Amino acid sequence: MDLSVFLIQLLNSLQYGLLLYLVAMGLTLIFGIMGVINLAHGSFYMIGAYMAYALAPLVGGNFFLTLLVGLVLAVILGYLLEWAFFSFLYDREHLQQVLMTYGLILVFEEVRSLLVGDDVYGVSVPDILSGSIALGDVMTYPVYRLFVSAVCLLLALGMYLVFTRTRLGMMIRAGSVNREMVQSLGIDIKFLYRVVFAAGVAIAAFAGMISAPVSSIYPGMGNQVLIICFVVVVIGGIGSIRGAFFAALLIGLVDTFGKVLLPEASGVLVYVLMALILLWKPNGLFKAG
Amino acid sequence: MKRLTLSLVTATALFGTTQLMAEDALKVGLMLPASGTYAQLGNAIENGFKLYIEKEGGKLGGRDVEYVKLDDESDPSKATDNINKLIKSDKVDVVVGTVHSGVAAAMAKVAKKTGTLMVVPNAGSKLITGPMCAPNIFRSSFSNWQPGYAMGKVAADKGYKKVVTITWKYGAGEESVGGFKESFEENGGEVVKEMFVPFPNVEFQALLTEIAATKPDAVYTFFAGGGAVKFVKDYKAAGLMNSIPLLGAGFLTDGTLKAQGGDGEGLLTTLHYADSLDNETDKTFRTAYNESFEMKPDVYAVQGYDAAQILSIGLAAVDGDATKTKEIAAAVESAEIDSPRGKFTLSKAHNPIQDIYLREAKGEGNPVISVAAAKLDDPAKGCRM
Amino acid sequence: MIYKEKGKTLFVGLFFLALALYPLVGGEYSITLVNKIMIYAILALSLELLVGSTGLVCFGQAAFFGIGAYAAILLSPEDGPASVWFLLPACVVLAATYALFVGALSLRTKGVYFIMVTLAFAQMAYYVVHDTSLGGGSDGIYMYFTPGEETWLDLSNPVILYFFTLLFLVWTFVFLAILLRSHLGRALAGIRINEQRMLASGFSTYPYKLAAFVTSGGIAGMAGFLFAVQDGFVNPEMLSWHLSGALLVMIILGGLGHLHGAMIGAFVFVFLQEFFKSAEIFGDFAEHWHLGLGLTIIISVALLPKGLVGLPELVQKRLFGTQAG
Repeated sequence: MDLSVFLIQLLNSLQYGLLLYLVAMGLTLIFGIMGVINLAHGSFYMIGAYMAYALAPLVGGNFFLTLLVGLVLAVILGYLLEWAFFSFLYDREHLQQVLMTYGLILVFEEVRSLLVGDDVYGVSVPDILSGSIALGDVMTYPVYRLFVSAVCLLLALGMYLVFTRTRLGMMIRAGSVNREMVQSLGIDIKFLYRVVFAAGVAIAAFAGMISAPVSSIYPGMGNQVLIICFVVVVIGGIGSIRGAFFAALLIGLVDTFGKVLLPEASGVLVYVLMALILLWKPNGLFKAG
Repeated sequence: MKRLTLSLVTATALFGTTQLMAEDALKVGLMLPASGTYAQLGNAIENGFKLYIEKEGGKLGGRDVEYVKLDDESDPSKATDNINKLIKSDKVDVVVGTVHSGVAAAMAKVAKKTGTLMVVPNAGSKLITGPMCAPNIFRSSFSNWQPGYAMGKVAADKGYKKVVTITWKYGAGEESVGGFKESFEENGGEVVKEMFVPFPNVEFQALLTEIAATKPDAVYTFFAGGGAVKFVKDYKAAGLMNSIPLLGAGFLTDGTLKAQGGDGEGLLTTLHYADSLDNETDKTFRTAYNESFEMKPDVYAVQGYDAAQILSIGLAAVDGDATKTKEIAAAVESAEIDSPRGKFTLSKAHNPIQDIYLREAKGEGNPVISVAAAKLDDPAKGCRM
Repeated sequence: MIYKEKGKTLFVGLFFLALALYPLVGGEYSITLVNKIMIYAILALSLELLVGSTGLVCFGQAAFFGIGAYAAILLSPEDGPASVWFLLPACVVLAATYALFVGALSLRTKGVYFIMVTLAFAQMAYYVVHDTSLGGGSDGIYMYFTPGEETWLDLSNPVILYFFTLLFLVWTFVFLAILLRSHLGRALAGIRINEQRMLASGFSTYPYKLAAFVTSGGIAGMAGFLFAVQDGFVNPEMLSWHLSGALLVMIILGGLGHLHGAMIGAFVFVFLQEFFKSAEIFGDFAEHWHLGLGLTIIISVALLPKGLVGLPELVQKRLFGTQAG
């Protein structure tokens, strides 16, 4: 592997890592911070991707307007879901959440099938971002992928700041450690959690929407991102915003170079990585916060 | 309360409430995917199958046709139970299925044992017309090897010397690439690198970079569905489409061109079906399909249609007695099947001996350019019958 | 309390009796279906030992199941039936060995991290059978001859296999029930309730957890053997996280912390699928059976905080306004 190829692969790793972080970011909130074992995370991602496809004709085909409308709908969906299906589960055995979210996966998949059908769909890259940059003599890099990476970096930074620098972030983190205490300080923890949940759903759906132009939209797509998202959150250390970010980049690196250097084992490398990290650091790479 | 519900459910699930049908109706079990990634394919196969039966006045071998549908979920670990349900509980005379190779192989294992008449309307696994072959098992589609083998010759004829292959690490992909490599190297080419992506992973960027660095004369690929859409888009976005020609098994551009948003334009693929074929059967088939279902038929619909046709030929020879599998096999083996894809016959292992077309993607269709391999027979390794 | 225990024993006894009598009334297919459910029930029991009794949430149970199943096929000769007395122990030992390896490492972690490490090891096993030619690759591998063919224990005979499976289901249940009342079982319960306190009082919990893990893996391997014998065909999907997840759903649905809950969960979960898939009841809408299944699961979570085993207590409370027992 010569230097230029190595550098391009490095860029690929970074780009894939950022995309992974984007997809897993919603889970860092719902699972990492709130502690809800949310198997339906992939469904939220799937819903986002299908919204990018199905809402576009309704808003005149403008991609950015679609994003905005989709985001609003996702927030509403998240808010209602928490109210209807999760608010009564916090006091129960944690594993009940597994059952609940498993049921939700089934329902979301079928509703998707009833509403949009089972075809494979694609969303085209918005014109303004459809260019590409030459890399080396044969390859080009699409601008849209760089745009997604940039958006992801911004989101990551924004989330980090919210959680470390704002009162809201402090309350949320405090709530995840001790609900009763936060409640006794006169903060409406129920409402706060509902908002965090809605934000998690919205970010997951946003990831689905924004990555739709560089991926494809098909039945069962949600299940395929689910496990890797959990891997990201767990390797990073549950509850750690920073940890998830570095974990995603690490996975991007291992996956990209694994496919090239160790092709026979590329399917399993991520899991070997996770096992090794957790055996070395049983609570993930970073502490919560 | 629990006991009551439980026993109600038990009653329906275990004792079966199959209504009694007219005694002479022929029961056809359609074991196809109705949920998950392959649901649309299952739907097309069912449509094609029913279209042919309707054309025949709702009859097979002189008997009225009665359908029993079962969602196979594309889950191989449930396949044996599902086909057992059709055969033993629903008492079907014929089983049609399915898309997923692992499920179809498990079905074939049961059908081989029970002797139930079975037609596979898609799954191209070498197991089915190889070690699993049986007098009562037929395939109306293709073997994974066939389109690959046909494309190997095409690539060599185009003067390509060095080719890289890329596919998912699973049976269908490996068999397709195997077919390609076999004929490409027979004709003087060399497969310089075989790349695999873990199934069903769709992150291709690392390997696309690898392809760009290797600079082969062309790339051969097997992807289907969502993976095919993403691969073609990524290949184009990486700027490789103009410098390194992409060749593929037909599934790369079948039912995926619209989702690829024009990125698949001009791709060369090989398959046993194509658009704008010049034969009357295809024209009438397309018109009828369009009228019945208000959509364009695809290769899966053709495979469903021909599955019905194979059954029709076989059952006509035995007056609808589906248990006479030897006579059915004899009738089908000697028949010429008038398929929309063009006429074909079945091999000893019951796989179509068929023309494989070279097609070029245009708009949302794959019009034929030429016949890449005429009357191509599958090697059917391991079939003892 | 004693009354409740008696009720439970009576229920389980009647349940096994019903299963034993079932072949008298069931049709050919329903016997094979119930047989398959019993295999899943054994598997669910093996998971219940970890999740419900010890508090170790294992998300990789399918791997031990799959290893048992693959071993049954790979160790069977191609030219004649294998001996049941060789094959079954071999499958159990192989699955338990992998469980020993996985358990020894993964028990260093706790909680959700443990869930993910067990998943990781299961995925490794999955990719070995899926991506290498060892087990026939992604399309799966089949058995040439059913073990015991042409002997008195001919497992290719569905009725013989049915009672063979039932025997192992009863054995597993009784074995686990005794185990949980033993010294080991009390230690496991202690670990579930408060491991910190046990550690603080100088009690080394690791060997107990490992023992439970290996036992569980071995039982799962036995279920795998039975699956391979019944279907004669195995596929990498048997080792996938989808099955591990579905098993968790079964035991939570049934009710954690109760052996009979795991069994009820397995039966109800499969029945619900069969029910919603039934075209006789739902017509063309049966294609969308996931919807009914999903909604039923959601409703059961909402109404049954303790799973299905909590149902009698709940009904009693509603009807008589008192706690049961």
